[in-house]
Amino acid sequence: MSTSAPVSVAVEARAASKIFSRGKPNQVVALESINLSVRQGGFVALIGPSGCGKSTLLRLMAGLVPATEGEIFVNGKAADQARRDRDYGMAFQSASLFDWRTVTRNIELPLELLGWSKDQRSKRSAEMLDLVQLSDFGDHYPNQLSGGMQQRVAIARALSFKPSILLMDEPFGALDEMTREHMQAELLRIWEDTQTSVVFVTHSIPEAVFLAQRVIVMSPRPGRIVADIDVDLGPRGFGTREDPEFFNKITEVREALRAVEVP
Amino acid sequence: MDSLDEGVDAAVVRAEIRRYERRARLRNVVRRVVVFAAFVIALSLLYSGYKAVGQSIDDAQRDWPVIGSVMPATNDLIMPPISAILSEFDDPPQRRNAKTLGQFIFEASLFTAREAFFGFVAGIVLGLSLAILMLRSRTIERGLMPYVVVSQTVPLVAIAPIIVIWGQTNFGWLPFTWNAWMSVSIIATYLTFFPVAVNGLKGLQSPSAESIELMDSYAASRTQTLLKLRFPASVPYLFAALKLAASASIVGAIVGEISSGVGGGIGRLILDFASRYTTGPERLYASVAGAAVLGIVVFGLISIAERYALRGRAQENPVV
Repeated sequence: MSTSAPVSVAVEARAASKIFSRGKPNQVVALESINLSVRQGGFVALIGPSGCGKSTLLRLMAGLVPATEGEIFVNGKAADQARRDRDYGMAFQSASLFDWRTVTRNIELPLELLGWSKDQRSKRSAEMLDLVQLSDFGDHYPNQLSGGMQQRVAIARALSFKPSILLMDEPFGALDEMTREHMQAELLRIWEDTQTSVVFVTHSIPEAVFLAQRVIVMSPRPGRIVADIDVDLGPRGFGTREDPEFFNKITEVREALRAVEVP
Repeated sequence: MDSLDEGVDAAVVRAEIRRYERRARLRNVVRRVVVFAAFVIALSLLYSGYKAVGQSIDDAQRDWPVIGSVMPATNDLIMPPISAILSEFDDPPQRRNAKTLGQFIFEASLFTAREAFFGFVAGIVLGLSLAILMLRSRTIERGLMPYVVVSQTVPLVAIAPIIVIWGQTNFGWLPFTWNAWMSVSIIATYLTFFPVAVNGLKGLQSPSAESIELMDSYAASRTQTLLKLRFPASVPYLFAALKLAASASIVGAIVGEISSGVGGGIGRLILDFASRYTTGPERLYASVAGAAVLGIVVFGLISIAERYALRGRAQENPVV
């Protein structure tokens, strides 16, 4: 192991590459020398066309997939070690709730794996239900909830053990537009309440600009970072989506994406 | 989304929904009972109808030679009247013994049910163990699955006596005395483990890639993933298998008794009444009906357990 990253950095990628089926005829270069650093408490969106490797990059950060070359640090540790230390929580496009567990028991799943006592678990799950404003639904089963509510349960589950980082893979991709905007506001509120660092994969430009302090634009295969756009819109609110600066940033991201589009 | 319309008390609405659901459940139960009864009556009518026509052919065979050859003639010995079968339940089949046939059949059914139960439980243990083993590695799955499938093509009638003989000679080392009915349980196991292994494996493999990644993201161990994700996810698949396996364990026990001659159960009863068919065909029919009821009862028990175990889950059943 070479030098580690400073601890004020939540996630850092150093010349990270990912090649699937290396050396075989069906070899795919998914990511090529990615350099990226996400500061503690930051909110970073990864955006790019389908197949640009943004989800793969997220899985590299999660330590679910090893990097072929380069290094990934999470809280100053190798990504796999951070995974073992449960430094991050993860949310996916499908809420991936276990349909045989009630909402409360879904939220308590990671706590069970960590060996928490029943009392500690029910105390924490009540707090989390409160955080995502689903206190009346603890005894419901996932299939009794709407898609937006399921995603909120998934976020509560990801944050239940208070990880310092939240990794999200298109979590609102399957929701309708109105629910999606509502969920974005919810996520920002939770982010501010919990001081968690967030890495958010999306293919929606307005979503990236509305949520993130930084939008990372990626090119299609092999995935590279082609633009790193700071978004300084201040605290988001109802007015943000009508703010001219919001549209300027959307245009900036769109142009960065257009520049890398392959015919 | 979160709250209901203003002005409507959510608790009132929920209570109303619960009441509606309860009524719908009751209607569903009533419907099932009515359909089942109608089916039994239809079968009885079909039987009696055929019998009426077939018997008149028997009487007038010389007059209707063509129909007589297409539609086999019948008589009270081949097809005893349903009323006679039903009243036979109340008759003692043995002289010097007041026990009615119904009691005989009931006791024999309990005996067979015990054999089947132990075979069923052992089959679940064996089937699940095989499923977990095959889950562990593709190579094991590829190596083992053909044998699991082939095992079911070997005729049960051929292996049943072998298992009974093994039981008599090879199980002396066991801490308890080996009874002949335990061999019949092994035969039931032989039929039971198969659906459990095949469906169990399918169920254990059913969680989505994201669910597996979720468990990995918590650094969950293999055992934790098995217990918290794969096993609960396989429960609907297992119940589909258990319904097959429960009936199969009864069939296995009956066939085991018949082909090995182990006494005390409904299979042996069927064998005995079949050998004395000409002096009382109703008894054979009655004991076969008893075996059928036993099969329906165990199927029903599993269905009730399934309903309880799968409460709250999405309604659709997995396709097997």
